[in-house]
Order: sequence, then C-alpha cells, then structure tokens
Amino acid sequence: MNTRGLRSQLKDSVPVTGMGQQVGAYGVQDTLRSGFSSVKNELLPSHALELSEKNFQLNQDKMNFSNLRNIQGLHAPLKLQMEYRAARQIQRLPFLQSSHLALDTLKGNDESISFEDILNDPSQSEMVGEPHVMMEYKLGLM
Amino acid sequence: MSLTPLVYSQWMGCSWDFGSINVALEGLLEGGQTKTPKPMKTGTTIAGLVCKEGVVLGADTRATSGEVVADKMCAKIHYISPNIYCCGAGTAADTEKTTDLLSSNLTIFSMNSGRNPRVVMAVNILQDMLFRYRGQIGASLILGGVDCSGNHLYTVGPYGSIDNVPYLAMGSGDLAALGILEDRFKPNMEMEEAKELVRDAIHSGIMSDLGSGNNIDICVITKQGVDYIRPYQESEYKDKRQKRYKYGPGTTSILTEKIVPLELEVVQETVQQMDTA
Repeated sequence: MNTRGLRSQLKDSVPVTGMGQQVGAYGVQDTLRSGFSSVKNELLPSHALELSEKNFQLNQDKMNFSNLRNIQGLHAPLKLQMEYRAARQIQRLPFLQSSHLALDTLKGNDESISFEDILNDPSQSEMVGEPHVMMEYKLGLM
Repeated sequence: MSLTPLVYSQWMGCSWDFGSINVALEGLLEGGQTKTPKPMKTGTTIAGLVCKEGVVLGADTRATSGEVVADKMCAKIHYISPNIYCCGAGTAADTEKTTDLLSSNLTIFSMNSGRNPRVVMAVNILQDMLFRYRGQIGASLILGGVDCSGNHLYTVGPYGSIDNVPYLAMGSGDLAALGILEDRFKPNMEMEEAKELVRDAIHSGIMSDLGSGNNIDICVITKQGVDYIRPYQESEYKDKRQKRYKYGPGTTSILTEKIVPLELEVVQETVQQMDTA
C-alpha cells in the first residue's frame, strides 16, 4: 500500500525538482519555448498535487527501500538498486523511444495500468528534442 | 553560436505545463461574464446490501450538469470483474475512468494468476489511487461482490476512506435511501425481499432528492453469476412525444433557384484491369 511506513519518511524533505524554466540563448529566458516567466510560477507550484505527483515515484521508492532495509537488512535494497541501475542502462539513444521493458518488469509496472500509461504519450508530444544537443548532453560534451 | 539546451526529458503521466495558465484563466473568468463549464456530476442515489445468497446493488439513472438533466438513462453500475460490480456517485467522468482503470488492473491480475479477484483487492487498489490524488478525483463508490471468502460490500470515499458494512447508500440521495434501509434491513434476507428493499430505498432517494430520478437499475451478484437488470423499474413520468417532429418536403417555401453547372474536362484517363480470377 502507498501509505506504509509514511511516518518514517516525513522527516526527509521532499526535493523540489524541475521548477526552473528553460534558459535560451545568451542565458536569457526563452520566451518562445517556455512562455512568459514570473517569479511566482518558479517558486510556487500551480496545483495542489504538482509537487506530490512529480516526486511520487521517488518517494515511493524511498519508502519501499527503507522498509525493506528495516525488514531484511541492507543487502536487500542494495541488490535491488543495482538491478534497477543495470536495467535503466538498456535504452536507445536519448531522442528515440525506448521501451524500458526490463526496468518495467523489475518494478512491476508491467502488471498495472495507471495514468502514467495513458496520459501524455511522448510519441504524441508537440515538442521534439534536438537530437544532436541531446546526444551531446548525454555524453557530457555540453 | 547560441546555446539552446533543448534537453527535454519525456515522462508520461499528468503534465503540469498548463497549471499556471489554468489558474490565471480562472481568475480572469471569475471576474468576467463567462464561467468554466461544470463537470457532469451524477447527483445520485446508489445503495447496496448483503443478503443470504449474495449482494444486491441498486442505482438511479439520472445524470445532472448544473440544473439540467444531462442523461436520463445513465448507467451507474459499472463492471469491475465477473464477480464484482461497482456503483459510482460523484463526477461522472471520474467514476467512469476510475472503475475502468480498476477493471483493467484486475483483469491483468486474473490473467496472471488464473483466478477471480477478491473484493478486498479492488478496494485496496481504489483506496491507493484515490488517496494519492487527495480527493481531486471526485468518485464515491460502492463496491459489491462475491468471492471465495464470502459476500462483501464496501464503500470508498473520494479521499480514500473505506467502510465495510452490510448495507450502504451513497450520493446526494443517500440520507433518504439510508432511512429505508435502516428501517427494514435484516441480516441474511431472501433474494426477492432484498431486491424489493433496494428498490424501495432508491425510490425514496428519487422522490426526495432533485439530483436523482428516472429509472432504477438493480444488479444481483451471486456465486452462480450476475443478473444486471436494467431497468428494474421504469419511471412513471416518461415523456410522450405529442406528434412527429420531422419536417416534410415543402415546409419551407423556395423563393429563388439558381443552377450553375460545373464544367469539368477529362484530363487523363487510365484503365486498370481488375483481377477477377
């Protein structure tokens, strides 16, 4: 269940990730790609669920791993995380669609359907990443 | 050469790109004349009870959108699995989608394990999902089913609260229906008596609540199978069309007529043999 072991995690703060906007040419905000900017938009979430949903998977993993560590010892989450890390590397080039089959099977996502499988399909998205830039970013040449 | 880091991480799920725009728009619209359209709520009476041979679920069939009846034959009893059915009250789209997702997940489970799912599994999946979205999904559900451990009836609220009781009513007409159920419920009732009691409960909800009305649907789940009676009882207040509303030719008078022939010239002609062997 999602709420197992919640109390032990309340001390760790939820990381606020990815709320900054795109920086365009010459370090100025890229209005064409990410719209008008305002300080309020960057600091505060625009929806009650935004933070909790963005970090949902991370928090779930944290909770499950800490539970597993308490029950079975440190080796259990370490082994699992090693397997996840290995499975995560099985993917195509960054701008192509990867199926993430091994990672999904390990995490158990192949046996459930939720909004992550229905909404916001990347193959239907309006924005396209530039392949060369994405490859340079991945190889660390940026 | 300017730096354009269009490193764009693609992830699926809810997208928050329009969050701030939506908030700004709502602020504009509240001050102005127009309002955002209200989602269609079912404003319902749903009820269920556990009897000797199984579970009986009942629902009315009216769906309202503000003050207008949007659907007079709305199906509020949703299929979850061959042995579990679910009545939904609240926002129509939310109940529809939530029960669809639940049904898909339980179907995958049945295929994996080769057995019918239990009612507690459905309840747990629903509770997890609804709690995760903190009540933004407006679905109050009554789940009833028969599985290897007996006959069960559960209710799940929009924030994820659950309750396991022998008889239940939810929706805007729940108080009226609950009055009838409280008065006449007995444990281990016979099937016919149970169906009549649920019918009476829904009927009192229809009579006393504006948001409920029209026909009554009943769903009976037993170990042998499911009997989905739709409608169990039709409302006496059906509209009767006074006359035919089709307009015959000549109703509107033609004032002028102008015919312009389209001049087409044949540019190219190709003949392809059809293989009729």
